[in-house]
Amino acid sequence: MSEQDSGNIPMVQFLSPEGEFAVPSQWGEYGEYLKRLTEADYLKFYRDMARIRRFDNEATALQRQGQLGLWIPAIGQEGAQVGSGYGVGHNDHIFPSYREHGVAITHGIDLMSILKMLRGVNHGGWNPDATRFHLYAIVLGSQALHATGYAMGVKFDGNMGTGDPEVDQAVITYIGDGATAEGDVSEALLFAAVNNTPQVFFIQNNQWAISSPTSSQTTVPLYRRGDGFGVPGIRIDGNDVLASYAVTAKLMDDARAGRGPSLIEALTYRIGAHTTSDDPTKYRSNEETERWKARDPIMRLEKFLRNQGVGQAFFDDCAADGDKLAEEIRAKTFALANPPFENMFKYVYSEPHPLIEEQLAWLTEYEASFEDEAHPSTQLHNVINEEALADKSGEVAPVENSGSYYGGIAGASNGGGE
Amino acid sequence: MSQLAYFNLPDVGEGLTEAEIVTWMVKPGDTVGVNQIICEIETAKSLVELPCPFAGTITQLMANEGDTVEVGKPIIAVTVADGAVGASTPGAPAQQMHTMIATNAETAAAAQAAQAAAPVSAPASTDAPAVATPVAATEEKAPANLVGYGVSHAMGGTRRRGRTVPGGIPAPAAATAALPIASAQQNIVVGLGEENVIAKPPTRALAKELNVDITKVTPTGLAGEVTREDVVNAAQQASVFRNLTTPDAPSERETRIPVKGVRKAIANAMVTSAFQAPHVSIFVDVDATRTMEYVKRLKASTDFAGVKVTPLLIMAKAMMWAVRRNPMVNATFTDEEIIVHNFVNFGIAAATPRGLIVPNIKDADQMSMLELAKAIEQLATTAREGKTQPAEMQNGTITITNIGVFGVDTGTPILNPGECAIVALGSIRPKPWVVNNEIQVRQVTTIGATFDHRVVDGDVASRFVQDVASVIEEPALLLD
Repeated sequence: MSEQDSGNIPMVQFLSPEGEFAVPSQWGEYGEYLKRLTEADYLKFYRDMARIRRFDNEATALQRQGQLGLWIPAIGQEGAQVGSGYGVGHNDHIFPSYREHGVAITHGIDLMSILKMLRGVNHGGWNPDATRFHLYAIVLGSQALHATGYAMGVKFDGNMGTGDPEVDQAVITYIGDGATAEGDVSEALLFAAVNNTPQVFFIQNNQWAISSPTSSQTTVPLYRRGDGFGVPGIRIDGNDVLASYAVTAKLMDDARAGRGPSLIEALTYRIGAHTTSDDPTKYRSNEETERWKARDPIMRLEKFLRNQGVGQAFFDDCAADGDKLAEEIRAKTFALANPPFENMFKYVYSEPHPLIEEQLAWLTEYEASFEDEAHPSTQLHNVINEEALADKSGEVAPVENSGSYYGGIAGASNGGGE
Repeated sequence: MSQLAYFNLPDVGEGLTEAEIVTWMVKPGDTVGVNQIICEIETAKSLVELPCPFAGTITQLMANEGDTVEVGKPIIAVTVADGAVGASTPGAPAQQMHTMIATNAETAAAAQAAQAAAPVSAPASTDAPAVATPVAATEEKAPANLVGYGVSHAMGGTRRRGRTVPGGIPAPAAATAALPIASAQQNIVVGLGEENVIAKPPTRALAKELNVDITKVTPTGLAGEVTREDVVNAAQQASVFRNLTTPDAPSERETRIPVKGVRKAIANAMVTSAFQAPHVSIFVDVDATRTMEYVKRLKASTDFAGVKVTPLLIMAKAMMWAVRRNPMVNATFTDEEIIVHNFVNFGIAAATPRGLIVPNIKDADQMSMLELAKAIEQLATTAREGKTQPAEMQNGTITITNIGVFGVDTGTPILNPGECAIVALGSIRPKPWVVNNEIQVRQVTTIGATFDHRVVDGDVASRFVQDVASVIEEPALLLD
């Protein structure tokens, strides 16, 4: 057993796998943050975790039915994601990897946007300016650099340590155990440390980087990855939604107050496949998966809530809620239309570009050469635009935000499908 | 009322083209629910369970266990209630319910395909419509699956039809009906095969550029598509051991071709040349690896974008350089005098539909590499189109013949009348070559050259050929 699996490492945990709640004295400073939570918050945590798992299962089925090009399941990681998502403040910015559906749901991202991206009809489709939840980073570890850069900007703007909650900002980035082995992440840690940025690195150590175990990514526990750079780290039980919430909230507060960057290693497990293209039975044992299933984040919160007297009606309601969500996304996914091909070219540059125009002209002509078939996307064009404009969930029609932060990139994402 | 819905085999990985049905977990007549596992398939990557997209009654299993099915082919037909997801989602674009537009001929083919693809018959079901003989199709249009792979196709998007090419090969991965769902009354058309070549647009463009009939190219792509390499290979079939077909022996014992026109002109010129000028030929093998790299770099450079760059261009430059150092090879012999030309009208032997002609590029020695490349391209285009003017074939001073494109190593070319030197560029291909006392694989070619011995003696001829070879071996010499 390697060091990172050892039970001897201190790990913040408030809810045991059996659903027993305790605040050990050594974690008292984090436990304080639980006092901010009301009963409604606990129920919200549960409902969101249950919803996102149901969503996840439905999306996997939709991929198997040919409705999505790919699906990236996050099953097993709901505790780490939903808890930390709610620990992020209303001014803060989030730089996710590509599996953070559970964080997305806590910040109002329309889950259909994620499905559209994985169907290939847009490139993300939500507005990072409006949602503060940035686009999924498919390039492993790149988001850590984006986050550090953004956090440096926050600091240069003086939006840190003023004590005014409407001014102070922090940044969180989500990376996996595999991404920690990317040079990008080391660079991001170094720049964060030397610039004393307001930022948290949230590592979801789900034990597997596709088929590579964590032991092939690191020889020291990942919560210590920032030590040499000067970014202190802490390990939490990533399947404990309360620990994830409390530690994230505390460290984001610290960051906002100007006390510098920090790192969280959330120990969790990817119960499902890396993606629908992956077959985990080829590289890991069922015993291992079963062992982790016993530490399931949703199950343990359910036990806790039932012990607190929450009745069956609530859980039934959550289940029905999840089924309704699944039905909704199923219907919407089947109804998704392809975007007009012009969009491929429209949002590459913010200004006209002769080469792109040439390519568009070529493709237009090529398309027109199929005389025996009218091009359906032109007929759908209006429908799509109206849909985008009518959407109140932070998705915006293209162009409007082209002058703002992120300019072309945000435009490109909208242009991908909206 | 009910509808019939087909589930087409999806691409469950990224870019998979087929899968094997390992186990069916349902049978005709079974009631099935949304997301109920209906079968297990094995792809190139893994075993995957497929959840049913519809709720209803299984009407037909369209593949047997052990069958390998192409992605996009229907595997199961389910009788579903009206208004099932995919059939009547409020506000859903009509395209989700599209069916293929089929001509009568295509419909017949589709019907056959559907029958072939329907090994497991439905039991005598109460309200299950017959699916094995679909006939007509609606007017609805399919969505374009223009870019990317997977989703649209896997979800059953119809393959777009290009211009129908007569004699085209049938697409191996046949287009599919684009359900999830269509009304039973519409009699869905499935598994439609089309007279269509699969190829990416740039590949089609290349074929056009190289004058290759893409419908005659044997596709080697994973999805049965014609690849870039296929087109290039087809274009190079003149080189050895490719596309060897033996023509039928003519029925007549002899074929008589009148000697006239270009043929007669060639004959006269060759006789004049061969009998007037005492020919002497010499050869040298040369390592052309650096030339090939140079060609590659030029092709990639922005200055040469859109310009055809070939080893012939470097060879031409090499000859120009060698002429400067050995002017006697660029001369004309008359009985009274030897006229040494201090300019180069660079002749290029060109095989045209009308026969061999040798147009030349006037004052080629004054040209930059880019100008020369364009001039060569222009000369070749004009010659191919049969538009070369007589003036363009007169007053040449030295000639190259690029017989390498025909796959041969070298030859003893006959002088273009009035000239004293002609160089043959053989094929360039990987061969063993001794470098630092070790055998390495290098791009090797043979340069052959013929001279008029009345003007050029062995020493000058050798030096000239050696100079040309030096440049081919080290194109940096052109910087001199």
